[in-house]
Amino acid sequence: MANLELKAMAIDVPGRAQGDTLSFCMEAGQIWGVLGPNGAGKTTFLQTLAGLRAPRAGHIHLNQRPLHTYKRRAIAQQLGLVFQERHDDFPATVMETALMGRHPFLSPWQMESADDIELTLEALVALDIDHLADRLVSTLSGGERQRVSIATLMTQNPAIWLADEPTNHLDLHHQVATLELMAQQAAQGKTLVMCLHDLNLAARWCTHILLLYPNGQACWGDVASMLQPSALETLFNQRLQTAWIDGKPFFIPAR
Amino acid sequence: MPNVSKLPVGSSIHTQYLIPLLSLALLSALALLFSVTQGSSGLPLREVINVLIGQGDPLQRTLILDLRLPRTLSAFATGGLLAVAGALMQILLRNPLADPYILGLSGGAAVGALGAMLLGLGALLVSGSAFLGALLATLLVFGLAHGSGSWTPSRLLLTGVVVASGWGAIITLMLALSPPQRLPGMLYWLMGDLSYAQTPWPALILLICICAVLTPFGRSLNVLARGPLQAAALGVAVKPLEAAIFFLASLLTAIAVTTAGSIGFIGLIVPHMLRLVLGNDQRLILPASALAGGTLLTIADTFARTLIAPEQLPVGVLTALLGVPMFLYLLHRTR
Repeated sequence: MANLELKAMAIDVPGRAQGDTLSFCMEAGQIWGVLGPNGAGKTTFLQTLAGLRAPRAGHIHLNQRPLHTYKRRAIAQQLGLVFQERHDDFPATVMETALMGRHPFLSPWQMESADDIELTLEALVALDIDHLADRLVSTLSGGERQRVSIATLMTQNPAIWLADEPTNHLDLHHQVATLELMAQQAAQGKTLVMCLHDLNLAARWCTHILLLYPNGQACWGDVASMLQPSALETLFNQRLQTAWIDGKPFFIPAR
Repeated sequence: MPNVSKLPVGSSIHTQYLIPLLSLALLSALALLFSVTQGSSGLPLREVINVLIGQGDPLQRTLILDLRLPRTLSAFATGGLLAVAGALMQILLRNPLADPYILGLSGGAAVGALGAMLLGLGALLVSGSAFLGALLATLLVFGLAHGSGSWTPSRLLLTGVVVASGWGAIITLMLALSPPQRLPGMLYWLMGDLSYAQTPWPALILLICICAVLTPFGRSLNVLARGPLQAAALGVAVKPLEAAIFFLASLLTAIAVTTAGSIGFIGLIVPHMLRLVLGNDQRLILPASALAGGTLLTIADTFARTLIAPEQLPVGVLTALLGVPMFLYLLHRTR
């Protein structure tokens, strides 16, 4: 159980005037979807939450303590991140890559234990890539690599999961399976924050939404109040048609 | 179930780490023995072993303990230092093609050494001057790459490569202006020459210390190879670690260059070759590089001083002649 609280925090997007400051708390069990057009600052927002970039203003508190007072290792024990971009300059197998999720929990002299291997195997099974364990990551397809990244986060098993477009490159089934996995994690008390481009996936799986506008404006709230067609049309500069299925709105771009 | 036999756990630690390292250690020992037995007056292995365990006649003792052994150990230590420095630079720059000299360190050292030779100074001063040159080159590149902006591997690489070409120009100028009788010594130094080695101990002790110091950081280096953001997200303090790697790799290279001139090839090829065979776990690659780099240079130097004895060949020629076919074979095999 962990929470991440923003206190009048503004992200630092280079070359853009400071926009709205953000003040809210992301609690255990919640799934936050971050929506916005390209360049609105979604990735910057996630990396700022992870402490990898400094905010332009305000503070982030991890479990009621300022994030910048933690050591990197202590942050990594609480909070993990799936990146949009990956570096595979050196060869590594799927197993070796996912096993790196245990790094924050091992002391320098410690070797990975049987328990660490066990956790990693569970993550590979959950992401449906256990049959690829001995393959080099560089030989996999884009969707398979994406699942290796999510498996690495699952092996790390932090209380707070940040994911930058986790459904990128995934086929339809694995998009659904991945978001189901996220929902399970939230049900177990994890806090989830993910950037998404698919409004309908956000409508179906998120409990809370943050909208980031390209000019720096932002608004946030629970999913029902935030996914209003008029707000989304302004956000993406795209007219939408709305259909209601199972009492949830679905958005289709209008021609 | 996936095949987990290659994983570093429990009993498989033996297959994963101990077997490759023990094999390489054995190979190193054989290379050292081979090197000590070879020379202008060939000695049977039995007599060499007699001397090494404290017996043998005084003449043989002088020959082996004062002449051959120091040079052999210098070669081993230099090769090990270069290979470890190369492995570190490759991780630092996230570029499998980096070598210890890529940031211009050997250029600075060469200008120092050739300058001392031009002035007709002795071997000790040539070494000292080379070390100062290496130090200057390191600080220059680090300071310039730091600049006003951020410190990124690509900026470091670009700065290093440009500064290295600057050193190259100065070296060419010095060679053009130097008197003919000094030229052979200068050229040999540039290709690597272990006859300048004064004593093996600084290099050897540094090599052992560095392997002990680096081993606990091996896993952090593995994570760093996945990129700085991913490493930071997994709890690695990236900036201090990168600065430490830069200065450590520079120190290793400076000591190696000071001992034996700029021997090429080993720092690039040995870590690369080991990665093809053993994978990319730095906890294994770093000590394995030390052993394999030492072995390769020991054998190369033995041939360099015996093939056309009493004349000597530049050892850099031999490292390439031995290393190129080995590397191509491994590359072909793993494809």
